[in-house]
Amino acid sequence: MIIEKIKAANLRGRGGAGYPTAAKWEMVMNAPGETKYVICNVSEGEPAVAKDDYILEKYPEVVIEGIRLALEAIKAKSGIIYLRKDYFKKYKSRLKTLIGSLPIEVFEETAGYLGGEETTLLEVIEGKRAEPRFKPPYPPQSGLYLCPTLINNLETFYSVAKIAAGQYKSTRFYTISGDVKKPGVYELAEDRPINKALEETGNLPDFEFFVQAGGGASGQILLQSELDAPLSGAGSIVVYSKKKTDLVGLMKKWTLFFIKENCGKCVPCREGVYRLNEMLLLKSFDVKAALEITAVLKETSFCPFGKGVANSFESLINKLWNQDK
Amino acid sequence: MESRQIEIVINGQPVKTNVGATVLEAAKSAGIGIPALCYHPDLTVRANCRLCVVEIVGEKGVVPACATKVRDGMKITTESDRVKALRKTNLELIMSQHREECNDCVWLAECKLLKYAADYKAKIDRFPDRKIKFPITKFGPIEFDQTKCIDCRNCVEMCSKQQANFLEVKNRGFETVIEPSKDPKKDCIYCGQCIVHCPAGAIEAVGEFEEIQDLLKDKNKIVVVQFAPSIRASIGETAGMAHGSVVTGQLVAALRRLGFAKVFDVSTAADFTTIEEAEELVQRISQKKVLPMFTSCCPAWVKYVEFYRPDLIQNLTTVKSPQNILGSLIKTYWAEKEKIDPKKIVVISIMPCTAKKYEIDKEEAKILGMKPVDMVLTTRELGRLLKIKKIDLKNLEPEISDDPLGIHTGAAVIYGATGGVMESAIRTAYWRITGSNMTDLVCTSVRGIVGFKSAEVKIGELTLKAAVANGMQNAKLVLDELAKNPAAYDYIEIMACPGGCIGGGGQPLPVDDEIRKKRAAALYRIDCEKEIRVAHENPQVQKIYEEFFKKDQEKIHQVMHTHYGKKSKSRIIDK
Ligand code: SF4
Ligand code: SF4
Ligand code: SF4
Ligand code: FES
Repeated sequence: MIIEKIKAANLRGRGGAGYPTAAKWEMVMNAPGETKYVICNVSEGEPAVAKDDYILEKYPEVVIEGIRLALEAIKAKSGIIYLRKDYFKKYKSRLKTLIGSLPIEVFEETAGYLGGEETTLLEVIEGKRAEPRFKPPYPPQSGLYLCPTLINNLETFYSVAKIAAGQYKSTRFYTISGDVKKPGVYELAEDRPINKALEETGNLPDFEFFVQAGGGASGQILLQSELDAPLSGAGSIVVYSKKKTDLVGLMKKWTLFFIKENCGKCVPCREGVYRLNEMLLLKSFDVKAALEITAVLKETSFCPFGKGVANSFESLINKLWNQDK
Repeated sequence: MESRQIEIVINGQPVKTNVGATVLEAAKSAGIGIPALCYHPDLTVRANCRLCVVEIVGEKGVVPACATKVRDGMKITTESDRVKALRKTNLELIMSQHREECNDCVWLAECKLLKYAADYKAKIDRFPDRKIKFPITKFGPIEFDQTKCIDCRNCVEMCSKQQANFLEVKNRGFETVIEPSKDPKKDCIYCGQCIVHCPAGAIEAVGEFEEIQDLLKDKNKIVVVQFAPSIRASIGETAGMAHGSVVTGQLVAALRRLGFAKVFDVSTAADFTTIEEAEELVQRISQKKVLPMFTSCCPAWVKYVEFYRPDLIQNLTTVKSPQNILGSLIKTYWAEKEKIDPKKIVVISIMPCTAKKYEIDKEEAKILGMKPVDMVLTTRELGRLLKIKKIDLKNLEPEISDDPLGIHTGAAVIYGATGGVMESAIRTAYWRITGSNMTDLVCTSVRGIVGFKSAEVKIGELTLKAAVANGMQNAKLVLDELAKNPAAYDYIEIMACPGGCIGGGGQPLPVDDEIRKKRAAALYRIDCEKEIRVAHENPQVQKIYEEFFKKDQEKIHQVMHTHYGKKSKSRIIDK
């Protein structure tokens, strides 16, 4: 059975959280309920991540096969491909042709980055304000229209289809960008340390640098000395030249993104991001205040979005800012 | 909620609690306070202020106490250094979207924002106030100051429960705003429930303090005051007294200290309302006119009908509300009796309600071209006025209200609690139909703050099908039932506010079910202790019917009845 194979392959979700895929599928399969849904999450909203685009371009039929397998395994009523706006335009007709008579719908998402957060995605499909739901219950128990729902990233479905076909080689997709010679999307072994990944793709810089790994806004800052571990989080590596990069400018780029994309529901994120941005704009970056804000973002924000903000800011402040000053 | 008990440990103290309770509820019942701003027991848990975070021993992060269910053996720390630091920062973030304007805030000494800020040593001006340029809007008697709003959305949920859906969340991120709807199909019903559920004092009714103080000095005016039944059981709270304290006598004394020429009790008019309404009900039933008949004492409910359900206008009783009946009587009967030019009389009402401010301005309510009541102060506003004037209710010798509009029955006082109007009218309708009083005057079936109650009452040959709803979401249940079965009920009492007027939008803060229960119990206590408990036996009322109305139906109609009409959306004014 497919779930057994997924388990044997030790596949983890590719959306960023890295939850074991087989366990998730089993939860949905075993959840009581007549009607169940499968959702393929293609909201890819974070800067510097472009692998979903790449996969849709090259292997859409593999993805559809992965969704079909899920529908079959958990006996779902129907599936939904939840597509970022521009991807929807680009791939809608091709996907529809490939879907044929399968019970899979293509949904155009409108909510931006946060629309990729599982429970927000459910609210959006249900036509509500794009904001996260309180967890528990988790989508496998109570998801779309309160029915058990399997939500996986597009790449996860891709990998499942590969597993079913006996072609899975424990790889994942990396989007490499920044101060590199050959930016692009690469398929590499999932346990490849980051420095090796850069080296293999001809992207290892010959100058002093640091990277932001696992998302171009919410990813962690890693120093050169920290690169012999594999990538975690979203599949992206951005390389920054230590000399050329202006840290304030970099943080401004992040807040510009976060301030636009957060939903406004909870205090730490709505207000915290606003204040981080304000401090940067007023050129009055107060490290103590910033770290207090990232602390509430990390520990008290309602959904993973706020925690992501803390992730990048805290690592930058601790590893680069405080070192410089 | 399941009632099985489990034991948890909070700050080292063992606490027994119900399965299904949240950590916040369990702590509260054990007397352990956890700061919470967006939490309100009347509302669903939205968990967005993030102040209630606590640590669970053995777990990594912190969790919001309001949204975390207890588990057997759970060990909770509510005040660790880490938790305190997080609360401090979140408070600083909250306070910097809230413009402090404390001297005329509805919360007065009960402000949670300032209390928490002091508890956690938060610097309330750590960051510049970011909403300083946000608009202040006014709709009807309600004023919404967005510069104080902390985006908790309590009001939005409350407004939707009240079936108005008038307050909306717009935009995203830091641009999120809570604002009155521009949709022509949505309007405010002025219930004021948003006010009593807002932790930040951003919404308030328009109060007319200066005007009142000027009027009281005006030698050419005779300024009289009348206070609603429910006030006597709630105004004490503004002077720091316990919930459910009955302070009728002190209230009268305090109003005299303020300088009012006469202090009348709206309860007297409630007895008129009861008699007129019982009569109308009997007529409607015997002449097979439109049924069910709805009560109309609650102007928020009336506004709901006139705006959202004009098809039901003919079901509203034509009897005026007690405040407008008393106002009308003061400007006709009393003026005539005292030989005063009614134009010189100014009537001020003390009401538990914000919609009452709207009710007095209605064209249909006019008596001889005058407003029956000239100004309404809410319980809260009176509390503040007394504070300004340094009148301490607690320490006043009780006095009695003025004749001839001061005597009332037990039936009148219970108007302030849900089911009270119904119960009073049934007592009188029973007498009107059978010629004798009910042996047991207490209709338990319509009492209690449960949202929706129904009962069948035997009156002679007749079985009266009655329903009582408080809170507009329960009114909605009644309306839905009527849509399916139009003959489900004969007589329906609806109060827009949870618990009826004792939970009104003009009442002191804070409010929750426990407090509403105590206020209601106080009113029923007064009823029990009254010698006369049926409206038709009020000697003063009888006298006024005989001496003033003299069975003149037209006069009765002019003074005590009104009519209604479809309303269109009212204006939202930018201040
Ligand atoms: S952390 Fe809070 S404001 Fe930010 S996106 Fe999540 S719920 Fe919305
Ligand atoms: S007064 Fe009532 S109807 Fe009006 S906004 Fe407030 S809750 Fe809504
Ligand atoms: S007006 Fe008050 S209740 Fe409404 S969102 Fe703002 S702070 Fe909350
Ligand atoms: S009270 Fe729990 S998050 Fe606001």
